[in-house]
Amino acid sequence: MEFLTAVFLTPFATMIDNPSFLLEVVIGGLLTGIMYSLVALGFVLIYKASGVFNFAQGTMVLFAALTFVSLLERGVPVWASFILAALVMVALAFLIERLMLRPLVNQEQIILFMATIGLSYFLAGFGELVWGGDVHLLDIGIPKEPLIFGGILVNEFDLVAAGVAGTLVAGLAFFFQYTRIGRALRAVADDHQAALSVGIPLKTIWVIVWSVAGIVGLVAGIMWGSNLGVQFSISLVALKALPVLILGGFTSVPGAIVGGLVIGAGEKVAEVFWGPITGGAIENWFAYVLALVFLLFRPQGIFGERLIERV
Amino acid sequence: MLYRETGQFKTSYAADQAIFPIRQDRYLAIAALVLAYVAVPLLGSEYWLLTIMIPFLVFSLAAIGLNLLTGYAGQLSLGTGGFMAVGAFATYKLTTSFPGLNIVAVFLLAGLVAAAVGLAFGFPSLRIKGFYLAVATLAAQFFLIWMFNKFPWFTNYTASGVISAPPRAVFGRFYVTGAEADPVDKYLFVLTVVVLLALAAKNLVRGRIGRAFMAIRDMDIAAEIIGIRPLRTKLLAFAVSSFYCGIAGAMWAFIYTGGVEPLAFDIDRSFQILFMVIIGGLGSILGSFLGAGFIVLTPLFLDNLPRLLGFAIPVNIASNLQAMIFGALIVFFLIAEPRGLARLWQVGKEKLRMWPFPY
Repeated sequence: MEFLTAVFLTPFATMIDNPSFLLEVVIGGLLTGIMYSLVALGFVLIYKASGVFNFAQGTMVLFAALTFVSLLERGVPVWASFILAALVMVALAFLIERLMLRPLVNQEQIILFMATIGLSYFLAGFGELVWGGDVHLLDIGIPKEPLIFGGILVNEFDLVAAGVAGTLVAGLAFFFQYTRIGRALRAVADDHQAALSVGIPLKTIWVIVWSVAGIVGLVAGIMWGSNLGVQFSISLVALKALPVLILGGFTSVPGAIVGGLVIGAGEKVAEVFWGPITGGAIENWFAYVLALVFLLFRPQGIFGERLIERV
Repeated sequence: MLYRETGQFKTSYAADQAIFPIRQDRYLAIAALVLAYVAVPLLGSEYWLLTIMIPFLVFSLAAIGLNLLTGYAGQLSLGTGGFMAVGAFATYKLTTSFPGLNIVAVFLLAGLVAAAVGLAFGFPSLRIKGFYLAVATLAAQFFLIWMFNKFPWFTNYTASGVISAPPRAVFGRFYVTGAEADPVDKYLFVLTVVVLLALAAKNLVRGRIGRAFMAIRDMDIAAEIIGIRPLRTKLLAFAVSSFYCGIAGAMWAFIYTGGVEPLAFDIDRSFQILFMVIIGGLGSILGSFLGAGFIVLTPLFLDNLPRLLGFAIPVNIASNLQAMIFGALIVFFLIAEPRGLARLWQVGKEKLRMWPFPY
């Protein structure tokens, strides 16, 4: 009885008693969610264009951030480090296409998935071998002051992150809608064979899309890195992005954003209001269970393409 | 010349349906068993038995479990570590609550507990498919590990959260768990369990149930139309798979390490076993053994490689290099033979049948 009250009554009572605290928690959650979205975006881009479930996205985030921060530590200015790190990611995309995707073309999805896990081992080892495994602090001058809007506490850093994510999504949307390459990418995402038959070079498209995912990963890595420091645990953020993905649908860019917001807010609210019952740390699995329950009603995610099965 | 079935006539249906229809294969299997039961305990040192053979066998069992689910029934699962943890903790609770119960019975019961948990987490598979399901099974992985970490009831309120195996014996005097257990006894016990369960799995996949699994894997709607119930088949696959993984987890905790914390069954363990299944060959019992051998031996080999080559590498560089080589090897194997080591074995046998004549 006591337990039931603790689960079903007390949290709601706390929420009603103190609406501004609830709002604060929700906003904090939404802003964290945006950071998840940033990582999930890279997954979506690659899955859409090549049907590869890229488990190495988390490690790519880590690798990009490590490259960026190491260049910065060696005295390279911020803008130059960014460009250099982006170039490294493009080179990486080129190598991945050449050495991994091309020989594995037409294989089953699970094989490609396992190959990306292999890639993630390789990249994690490589990144730490080249740049060292210590925690690198990253400060590119993003303010971290707490701000107060109408009695609600908001971290300025989170606002900047939201701004960056918004700009990135707008930029990607523009790129997809109004450029020649963007149109080709959309065509490939729609139908590989049809795209090939009208003369879109699939291999080039793959390199481009892996590069874009790498650069998105770089941005995500910089944001996460300035928050937590650049270290191995950043690659584990990918595990947080997975429920975001299934919630939003593997194939939808807006889905990644909305999914990130839902997961971020849901997770924070659950942790703050229900966490104390079980002694906390439910953040690890809550997102998955939330996504799982959601999937039971909509198996393809919020914006995912509906599966039509024929015999 | 040696490997040819010419002149081996089958005079009964039973002979036709045998697991090893070709005589040479049968001899090979018997030789392998004799090797495992007689030669290895006699010749192997304690180090070999404890750090190579026992983990290899335990991993093989877990790989068979995952292979039944992923390779035969086609349901991709990333929750293997969680189900292994259920087996380990169920064994611990059972054997500390009922010290008189035979350890074999405890293992079987723990397997059943794991099967029940697997069943519960298998329910979403009816609606969710492919990678959506894979991510959904991660819910099981994270939730179960969190649960074992969080509630001290599972560890009998030990301060460290580590469960350690109390001494238990089979046939009254052969101790297989606990500090005083003899390595040979442990090894023979694990070997017997794995052989029996592998045999059961082999027969399961050759029969009606295995065929239903494969039909569901190849196309579940078509399978439904020809009269296979997807609900029952998928749940059965989850239950059987978790049963195997649970027993593997129990043996991992009780016989191999002797004491374990929930983190030993984290997501890396799940990936490790998935690697074994994929490298060994999806949908092959033999492949599960080959894959487990590969994944167990490769890191050991890479560990010892610098020493063998005669130069020393600092530990942190070595571990990074290992990760790189391991990752690259996996990609290489997937490119070289996406259908796994079991497929290579099969191709080898086909070639051998022709040899030395090319046609």
